[in-house]
Amino acid sequence: MKKIDADILIIGGGTAGCLAAVEAKEKNPDLKVVILEKGHIDRSGCLAAGMNAINAYINPGETAESFVKYVRNDARGLIREDLVRSMGQELNSVVKRVEDWGLPILKDTEGNYQARGRWNIKINGESLKPILADAARKAGAEIYNRVAVTNLLTQDGRVTGAVGFGLRDGEFYAVSAKATIVATGGASGIYKPNNDGSAHHKIWYSPFNTGAGYAMGIRAGAEMTSFEMRFVALRTKDAIAPTGTLALGFGAKQVNALGEEFMVEKYADVGGNGAPTCYRTYGPTLENKEGRGPCYMDTTHLTSDDSYNLKKSYLNMYPHIVLYWAGNGKDPSVEPVEIAGTEPYITGGHCQAGYWITEDRGTTLPGLYAAGDVAGGAPYKFVSGCWAEGVIAARAAVEYVMTGSNPDVSDAVLAAEEKRVRAPQQRWDESGDGVSPREMEEKLQSVMDEYAGGIKTFYEISEARLKIAGKEIEKLKGQTQFLIARDLHELNLAHEVIDRIDVAHVLIKHLLHRQETRWPGFTTNQDFPERDDEEWLKFINTRLNPETGDVEIVERAYSQVVS
Amino acid sequence: MTVKIDLKRCNGCKNLDAPRCEKLCPGDLMTLNPETGKAYIRSEADCWDCMVCVKACPMLAIETKLPYTLAYFGASLKPKTGKDKITWTLKNSDGTVETFEIETRF
Ligand SMILES: Cc1cc2nc3c(=O)[nH]c(=O)nc-3n(C[C@H](O)[C@H](O)[C@H](O)COP(=O)(O)OP(=O)(O)OC[C@H]3O[C@@H](n4cnc5c(N)ncnc54)[C@H](O)[C@@H]3O)c2cc1C
Ligand code: SF4
Ligand code: SF4
Repeated sequence: MKKIDADILIIGGGTAGCLAAVEAKEKNPDLKVVILEKGHIDRSGCLAAGMNAINAYINPGETAESFVKYVRNDARGLIREDLVRSMGQELNSVVKRVEDWGLPILKDTEGNYQARGRWNIKINGESLKPILADAARKAGAEIYNRVAVTNLLTQDGRVTGAVGFGLRDGEFYAVSAKATIVATGGASGIYKPNNDGSAHHKIWYSPFNTGAGYAMGIRAGAEMTSFEMRFVALRTKDAIAPTGTLALGFGAKQVNALGEEFMVEKYADVGGNGAPTCYRTYGPTLENKEGRGPCYMDTTHLTSDDSYNLKKSYLNMYPHIVLYWAGNGKDPSVEPVEIAGTEPYITGGHCQAGYWITEDRGTTLPGLYAAGDVAGGAPYKFVSGCWAEGVIAARAAVEYVMTGSNPDVSDAVLAAEEKRVRAPQQRWDESGDGVSPREMEEKLQSVMDEYAGGIKTFYEISEARLKIAGKEIEKLKGQTQFLIARDLHELNLAHEVIDRIDVAHVLIKHLLHRQETRWPGFTTNQDFPERDDEEWLKFINTRLNPETGDVEIVERAYSQVVS
Repeated sequence: MTVKIDLKRCNGCKNLDAPRCEKLCPGDLMTLNPETGKAYIRSEADCWDCMVCVKACPMLAIETKLPYTLAYFGASLKPKTGKDKITWTLKNSDGTVETFEIETRF
């Protein structure tokens, strides 16, 4: 067992985690800041392939307040305005910081950042992740790569660190920390993906962000918010590449098979092509369902030079779409790009599923802070919002550390967790019989797809179906004891599916509770198809009661901060 | 989706502290076959096509291959990574070639 004492532990060295590490070391260089990262920090998480834009930036003429108003409308009236505003206030300074570390940001002839839509700027971000990793290293963070964190440590309700296992060395890691920041990103792989079989990981969100941060918080009794605001992304069909590049970067509009601009024609009341994100998924989903599909992003106005630049832009972020076009003999300036909705993801970055936090990013568990896609209440975060949250959380954690000492962790607690962690490998060694992580993942995904509003049902949910999903997930929870893992790689896969099941379990409670349709397209409630502000302009939160083991609902009020 | 490894080119990164592909794959998918000392992918279906390993391989031994259900045979996309720029060579299925040179950091 490897025991480590830290002042601040950061779980997940991704977008938010790297900025948190740098900020903590800058605020107090004497602190020992430890990062536990499941992958390798140079290329882990959502940024592995790179980025081509920063999607949350206060361009000239805008303010943190105008940002809050925009995000509020995009999220259909319900956001934590305090969180979105404090994030908005940090956006431009974090972007400048990362530019100073070497990120190429595209500029116009006068030297201003090139805007791409109202809140975005263009970057050459192929190496964004190594740039962030270098900064964290240079700042003096102690980085442990290939350590998968499996649970938080707690003492009398306070978080005192975390445990996990090394994917390379097989060691059990126990980190005792005065303050902990969780930054593990969101969750993919809960629902059946667009492509299956040999392309089941051809998904948009990182297939290696599996909701670990949510799951460990759920198990430790942290309050979670808004899981029911699932993110269904509008993406290019097959390759599942982001469409923002086409719409914002290259002026492409959505059309159906008849060539109708249905967003303009049918959704003018909510903003047409500029409608809230959920409507831009809902529109084409309904066109498809009602027989007017396939739908496209119309790129045929592009010149061949534009087409070249479009490919260049994707190479910075999502290179294989370019290979996909080449292989299929498709040229976006000649034919429009077919689009599809993805399976639902759980994320606090595009949507607002995650830890319920205070303005300083403290969770409901003392000693634990949350930043990035794992943190709830503040959608429209994207890379720069995750940086902002990492910075805000680190400042608070640095303060908190001053009040605490390194807690002792009981050997009995560690031994019990190590046993839980190694169980799938032990089962394989002892009996060789059981369920593989892949089998269990596929079962979870097919249940969620069919009964909890996946692609198959056009993201529609009903109480009758959700109840079936709930029952099946309970059964799956009981089955995790039969998971087998032949090696450390499979052990990681086993814990990923355990975490996803815990997330799905809570998600269903959220979906059942919200008796309205606030975000059509993300989740359309067949029993309650209308938005109902009188009853439901409030947050739905959940918390596992440690005594009973039940997930309890807590409703929290919405509060308007910006008028 | 997956990557194909040219075993004639792969040298197991013998002169480096760790094989580049194994070190960096965000999904822990690349590793060496202990018998041959060459790289292989643990599970082709689990690849995200992020091209991290493709860009990192010093021997240019790895290529991203889309499954046939998604793309026809004949195209290729090959990156060459420099210190502060990357050069991509795209071969379209009609045989035409495009190259893209992009700054990555300054
Ligand atoms: C393909 C794609 C393209 C995007 N393009 C853009 C764009 O162009 N512009 C933009 O602004 N936004 C974009 N986004 C959104 C943005 O990238 C994310 O919102 C943001 O990166 C999330 O940051 P994060 O720190 O929360 O998560 P991540 O950066 O994903 O970091 C999470 C980290 O936690 C680690 N981790 C996970 N589980 C564990 C565990 N159990 N133990 C230890 N470590 C763990 C992961 O390996 C990872 O390093 C894109 C997202 C995707 C997926
Ligand atoms: S990086 Fe390239 S050369 Fe090195 S082990 Fe991997 S495939 Fe072989
Ligand atoms: S393309 Fe990405 S996910 Fe696939 S093997 Fe290479 S590094 Fe891993």
